[in-house]
Amino acid sequence: MSCCAPGAETALDLESSISVLPSSQEVRLASRSLGGDLHQTDLSVPTVHCAACIQSIERALGKLDRVEGVRVNLSTKRVAIRWRGNEVPPFVAALGRLGYEAHLFEPETGEKDKTLSELIRAVGVAGFAAGNIMLLSMSVWSGAEGATRDLFHWVSALIAIPALAFAGGIYFRSAWNALRHGRMNMDVPIAVGVSLAYAMSLYETINHGDHAYFDASVSLLFFLLIGRTLDHVMRERARTAVNGLSRLAARGAIVLRDDGTRDYRPVGEIEPGMQLLIAAGERIPVDGKVIRGSSDLDCSLVSGESTPRTVATGETVQAGTHNLTGPLTVEATAAAKDSFLAEMVRLMEAAEGGRAHYRRIADRVSALYAPVVHLTAFLSFLGWMAATGDWHRAVTNAIAVLIITCPCALGLAVPIVQVVAAKRLFESGVMVKDGSAMERLAAIDTAVFDKTGTLTLGQPRLVNASSVDPAMLAIAAEMAAHSRHPHSNAIATFAGFAGQPKLEAVSEHPGFGIEATARGSTWRLGRRGWAGWKARTGGESRYGGTVLTKDGIIVASFVFKDALRPDARAAIEQLNNARVSVEMLSGDTGAACGEVATTLGIHHFVPALLPSGKVKYIESLAKDGHKVLMVGDGLNDTPALGAAHVSIAPATAADVGRKAADFVFLHESLSAVSLALDVSRKAGQLIRQNIAIAIVYNAIAVPIAILGQVTPLIAAIAMSASSLLVIGNASRLQGFVPDVTRRTAPPDSRSHTGTLTQPS
Amino acid sequence: MTILVYLIPVALLLGGLGLSGFLWALRSGQYEDLDGAAERILIDRDERPER
Repeated sequence: MSCCAPGAETALDLESSISVLPSSQEVRLASRSLGGDLHQTDLSVPTVHCAACIQSIERALGKLDRVEGVRVNLSTKRVAIRWRGNEVPPFVAALGRLGYEAHLFEPETGEKDKTLSELIRAVGVAGFAAGNIMLLSMSVWSGAEGATRDLFHWVSALIAIPALAFAGGIYFRSAWNALRHGRMNMDVPIAVGVSLAYAMSLYETINHGDHAYFDASVSLLFFLLIGRTLDHVMRERARTAVNGLSRLAARGAIVLRDDGTRDYRPVGEIEPGMQLLIAAGERIPVDGKVIRGSSDLDCSLVSGESTPRTVATGETVQAGTHNLTGPLTVEATAAAKDSFLAEMVRLMEAAEGGRAHYRRIADRVSALYAPVVHLTAFLSFLGWMAATGDWHRAVTNAIAVLIITCPCALGLAVPIVQVVAAKRLFESGVMVKDGSAMERLAAIDTAVFDKTGTLTLGQPRLVNASSVDPAMLAIAAEMAAHSRHPHSNAIATFAGFAGQPKLEAVSEHPGFGIEATARGSTWRLGRRGWAGWKARTGGESRYGGTVLTKDGIIVASFVFKDALRPDARAAIEQLNNARVSVEMLSGDTGAACGEVATTLGIHHFVPALLPSGKVKYIESLAKDGHKVLMVGDGLNDTPALGAAHVSIAPATAADVGRKAADFVFLHESLSAVSLALDVSRKAGQLIRQNIAIAIVYNAIAVPIAILGQVTPLIAAIAMSASSLLVIGNASRLQGFVPDVTRRTAPPDSRSHTGTLTQPS
Repeated sequence: MTILVYLIPVALLLGGLGLSGFLWALRSGQYEDLDGAAERILIDRDERPER
């Protein structure tokens, strides 16, 4: 065990109670073959974060049988394990014993790494070329003449060729793509400017001219590539962090054949009519009907209902629900592609509204900018032709205009701010999928929240612990530790008192509770009617009626409430202060919603909505001209997340929801939402400032270029200066303290947490 | 003037050496785990098969 594994502060302090160790068949399905009987499995281990962690993991896993090699990647928080044979070595359990929670993730293609390494290679090549050409240009500017100058120009031209071909290729391809589809992006003026600058410089060199712009065209590429690489790294980082979260959908299930054999099949191969064995703690992979067994199902991700549902033979179950207490045999009624989960994904794709039509600020600016620039260059060519008739001079000046306006500052203006903002949010546990998400978030005027799992934690908390006899509570906690039921989890956190009698023969009765014997008496923890069979108080109370009984006599009763997320109230207040109207949509009952709404000060809510109802509601808001932010976690929220202008999901959300959302926040506190809004708005402001800076720069530089006064020296200075100015302005966001932390003092912020009664 | 004939190639060669070193490091995966590399230096090697 290392210093920091269990419960240490990490960027990813998730609720761990709902996650289950992946079975060895599941691990096998997720690993890839390296040829022969060698396999590689990649696991995400979010809690690894120091040298001691690396060492203990690599040493412990390396000692396991058949494990060939273990390598921890601290940057991506992943472990790659190479192993031999058909049986999967028990590395997940071994990691669990060390105190590290491991998750499987989607095996992915190597595509993203290729883009990044291509970008870094391009930066390297462009940097090398820019440095050397600048060195040669310096000596030209400081007075090299005649043959020496020509030699320097020729060497520069030679160095610039690989840089343009390799590093510039990224821009040429992108610009060509845009033009072919009749669009305009920032890469078009860049590509035109860079290649024209090179062509003119080459012409000048051949004709022994004074000025060559090789340095301008290459250093331009260098600066822009840095911005592009940073942007890519930011998005990649958010993506790996989100992918590293535990998978909440089942990867496969044990299929019971007619001849009694069992085998583990991936979800995609399950067909209607197959019988599936679902152990306690597993997720239900496809829609089905229970044919044997009974259990409690956690439906919170599917329906938004926070109390577990008891199911028995003959009842239907939905894909994505979590089997908590007892084993079930389920007959599949739909294949995975027709299940509830797939239906949600389809609804989401159909709803893809706001963001598909959204055009990024940079694209909108460049759509205006590029024609203006090209027109200016053309007009100055015509002007010089008319004035002097010297076509060489006219072309030179027109190209000088293109070079000086080449949107170096403009190309950096937007991404550099978004990179700094994303870093700022990353440090606070908020992942941003891409830059446009921040632009869209800054524009919202309405925020729509889901209730269960978003405003609340979706997990009951025991609220009357202080009024329960400590000895009884200790026994209850001891018993509760044997169950996965959310109520049991809530009670189990109160374990730790010594002196309780030793429990024997603990058994769980799905749908009812837990039974145990200790010192000759029978203890039961569970539903009032079942546990307290001798008690006369019939009728379950409103609060679930969970009791502890000794030989049938009630000795303690427990009251649970679904706790609100920390800072929920403060976050909503801040949203209101930021002139965003807050609404709540839920699949839960009106009474339950009303209570949350009053506690949090939400004036408008709609209860008992179906997933499509949420989408319709958001679409009608959008039709009225509102820009809607959707915050939700459940499968039933997924279509709404897709329909909204921008969306945020907590890390505990369903997989598809997390993928659909633009932002994912990793901490429990809901203040992440208002923080993201604050940072996004501030970033929007800085982007506008940066664009203004770039425009002012152009307003000064363009007349000089039109007049033909721009030498390569002036171009180099002007370009670097404007880029530095823009980067400097962006980095002001780094020290930005958002209103969130200014208004609520961090140590006491949890005292704002209200509790509310959970519907039963 | 003649000094340039070999100084420029020398300068370019040294720069190219640096660039190829960078590309080699990139290809051999040394930039894949920057945080890990920073931490690994603190790990004592406990098995010493040579001695």
